[in-house]
Amino acid sequence: MSLLEVADLRVTFSTPDGDLRAVRGVSFEVEAGQTLGVVGESGSGKSVSVQALLGLIPGARVEGSALFDGEQLIGMPAERLRRIRGARIGMVFQDPLSSLHPMYSVGRQIAEAVLVHRRVGKEQAWAVARERLEQVGIPGERARDYPHQFSGGMRQRVMIAMAMALDPELIIADEPTTALDATVRAQILELLGRLGCALIVITHDLGVIADMADEVMVMYAGKPVEKAGRRALFHDPRHPYTRGLLNSLPQGKERLKPIEGRPPSLLSPPTGCSFHPRCPVRIPRCPIEEPPMLGPDDHPDACWLEEGR
Amino acid sequence: MSLLDVSDVRKYFPIKSGVFFQREVGRVHAVDGVSLSVEAGETLGVVGESGCGKSTLARCITGLYDVTSGTIAFDGDMRRDVQMVFQDPYGSLNPRRRIGSIIADPLVIHREGTPASRRDRVRDLMALVGLNPEHYNRFPAEFSGGQRQRVGIARALALNPRLVVCDEPVSALDVSIQAQVVNLLKDLQTDLGLTYVFIAHDLSVVRYVSDRVAVMYLGKIVEIAPGEELYERPRHPYTAALLSAASVADPDRQRERVVLRGDVPSPISPPAGCRFHPRCPKAQERCTVEEPLLLGDGHKWACHFPLEPGERLQSRPVDE
Amino acid sequence: MSLTDAAFEAEPVHVDVVHGKGPWRLAWERLRRDKAAVASMVVIVLVALLALFAPLFALITGHDPLTQYPSTALTPEGLPVGPGADFWLGADSLGRDLFVRLAYGARISLLVGLSATVLATVFGVVVGLLAGFYGGWVDGVLARVLDVVLSFPYLLVAIVLVAAVGASVPLTIFVIAFFSFAAMARVVRGQTIGFREREFTEAVRSLGASPLRIMVIDVLPNLVAPVTVLASLLIPTSIVFEATLSFLGLGVDPRTPSWGAILADSTDFYRVAPGLLVFPAVLLLLTTLAFNLLGDGIRDALDPRR
Repeated sequence: MSLLEVADLRVTFSTPDGDLRAVRGVSFEVEAGQTLGVVGESGSGKSVSVQALLGLIPGARVEGSALFDGEQLIGMPAERLRRIRGARIGMVFQDPLSSLHPMYSVGRQIAEAVLVHRRVGKEQAWAVARERLEQVGIPGERARDYPHQFSGGMRQRVMIAMAMALDPELIIADEPTTALDATVRAQILELLGRLGCALIVITHDLGVIADMADEVMVMYAGKPVEKAGRRALFHDPRHPYTRGLLNSLPQGKERLKPIEGRPPSLLSPPTGCSFHPRCPVRIPRCPIEEPPMLGPDDHPDACWLEEGR
Repeated sequence: MSLLDVSDVRKYFPIKSGVFFQREVGRVHAVDGVSLSVEAGETLGVVGESGCGKSTLARCITGLYDVTSGTIAFDGDMRRDVQMVFQDPYGSLNPRRRIGSIIADPLVIHREGTPASRRDRVRDLMALVGLNPEHYNRFPAEFSGGQRQRVGIARALALNPRLVVCDEPVSALDVSIQAQVVNLLKDLQTDLGLTYVFIAHDLSVVRYVSDRVAVMYLGKIVEIAPGEELYERPRHPYTAALLSAASVADPDRQRERVVLRGDVPSPISPPAGCRFHPRCPKAQERCTVEEPLLLGDGHKWACHFPLEPGERLQSRPVDE
Repeated sequence: MSLTDAAFEAEPVHVDVVHGKGPWRLAWERLRRDKAAVASMVVIVLVALLALFAPLFALITGHDPLTQYPSTALTPEGLPVGPGADFWLGADSLGRDLFVRLAYGARISLLVGLSATVLATVFGVVVGLLAGFYGGWVDGVLARVLDVVLSFPYLLVAIVLVAAVGASVPLTIFVIAFFSFAAMARVVRGQTIGFREREFTEAVRSLGASPLRIMVIDVLPNLVAPVTVLASLLIPTSIVFEATLSFLGLGVDPRTPSWGAILADSTDFYRVAPGLLVFPAVLLLLTTLAFNLLGDGIRDALDPRR
């Protein structure tokens, strides 16, 4: 059994302009200790799909199944989900400043998390807080400092320390380096890389994926289009979208090869394969029938073009 | 003379405080003594991390900011011939105005042509940047990020400028759309003979578009060189660190050891001597007191102890 | 399949309209789908019709709003009659027709509510726009002025003014506008500061556009949404403000039928003639509630992401 098994997850928002189907059937697994990279462009549903199963998106309709260590997260009472979220699943967000409370010292915020979930005394909780901060490269004596006294990179370290506070089995990092500068980004990636627990990294940055993911899921318009091991994805991309994405990155002085067109509206996604309006190799079947994930278990993709389909 | 000559430009922002009478309590040294020149027809890339002053420099060149000291000399009419493409495709277009009138702004403000001729010109511009001229009457909200950036480019081209300053023109766009816009900018340069100052934090995009690249750190240029030279043989330790930290979509690349510790210091009170010395693995006593000058011929760097060509930057022994 | 469905099928959906739907059109369409807002609009239109046709009602009933009809309106014991065919909503303690008086009162309420709002809005937008756009000492001075206005004890000022120049409709409008514009100015100032820093104003500034052009063409259209919302919420506040002043005898001329004045008259008689209290109170409540709900609806329609 995997640590996290998500099956046919769907997330829908009601808007004045109609139902917005942000996630339209996502399945994936995360093994203990493994790093899953979820990559996609804006509107691909990569963030929504992971946040929804933790109950972090109020107002959304969430359907499907998500088994965390055998427990069903979808439909779980909010209080119980909150306890799992705090203790067994840690979160790291893009913008640490908005996730940290400005009026409490960072040490206190970590200690509070420990106190809520563990039967320990205040002293012990603070000891844990200082230990975690040291683990992410922040001197323990800075535990009494407030979030605004830290730089952007240091705050992201604080977030990671907080996510790690209770030795979670899984940490979810949502665009953890997007707001950071290049030199700081490298530090944070290195830190995330040696956490040891299972990790889901959600990002638009293929460099982050190349750097740290074991398994990769590529998403487009609310659905996975390809899943592969890290090296297989970069060396043998199968879905035309994945190929297009990799091709549009600058490589030296060669003229760039963009994907034409633009991502579809999720209020009225295209029929059939949602990538077909932009796909350079579409066949008559693509606008009519939606391709399922096909192919070997370790590298499936959702495209009709592969041989024998 | 070059098309653009920037010489020893400084831009400080006062930090004010007080209820009635605002007192200056400090200064942000956003750009602190930058000199560079841009030749007609070339693309000068400017890279650096947040707070390095690259966007402020762009706004000094386009005349949006008055410089605190130094001079900017342009071979032509600055208001007409220097135009800017902004970073945020959502923020740079007024959401309450129609696309056609936004693109016509430069023509209206410079009292060019009649309403009918302006309308024709706007349609031509829209076609030029790959937008449907029929969408003249639409509002920005009806366009995607990439299309909005095309609108911004059309607006910048309305007066047939000679120099276009692009401030992070693609960093807010998705990868697949970035490539479309970058290709468009390249094509326009060839067709219209434009000169670009291209500011970005994405090193691979800058490498692709630029003939020469300047690296900024805390308000100063630390290195400037022809693109390939800079990427292949960086001499300033900061350039080398930036290159090693860049995001590269290659699963086989050895994960580089992190060579830089800490964050960029505050530009309100930049470090003495070489501004990079607190983070520099090669820093010595001299770096803390004496500010290095930007020297060299073609390939210039500002460092007392530069890397030899081909030398790899070693991280400083742990001192955390 | 019904006929209407068939009609929809035949009409191809225009996804690619050349004339784009503007933000106003979209907001109007959202507003039309908002049931509470539509109901509010109906109530407001009814109140407006009541005000508009007040003379007509006076004609039909044959009752002037200011004339007392002691023979028909008062019982032999001298108490006002209840609702009936002659006096639709009953009479007041002095034998005047309550319905006709309420209809004329609606004129005062809407006149004062709308005029005060327009005045406060114009003044608030100008002050807020200048303070926000220019910043610096202009902003400093204007911000302090607003602070002073907001901390004024408005009832006290109203009492002093009425004592000095006498109660009148223009004075009421002025007093209300004076105490409402500061809130508008603050909102506009904040928004303007935001827009001043936005890239689209930088873009026109880099072209050499004049400050006036930037304020009028680039900033002002973006203020229409927040200003409309705030203005629509100022109307009910102003109506209640007027009613309060009139109730206390500080508003319009006490003889003029205004909802506040009518309520004040009812205080001695509501035990015997509860209609005297209930009808004006319900009318006031419904009107202000409708304006408030409409204001909320407009806000949601203009900013659907909330």
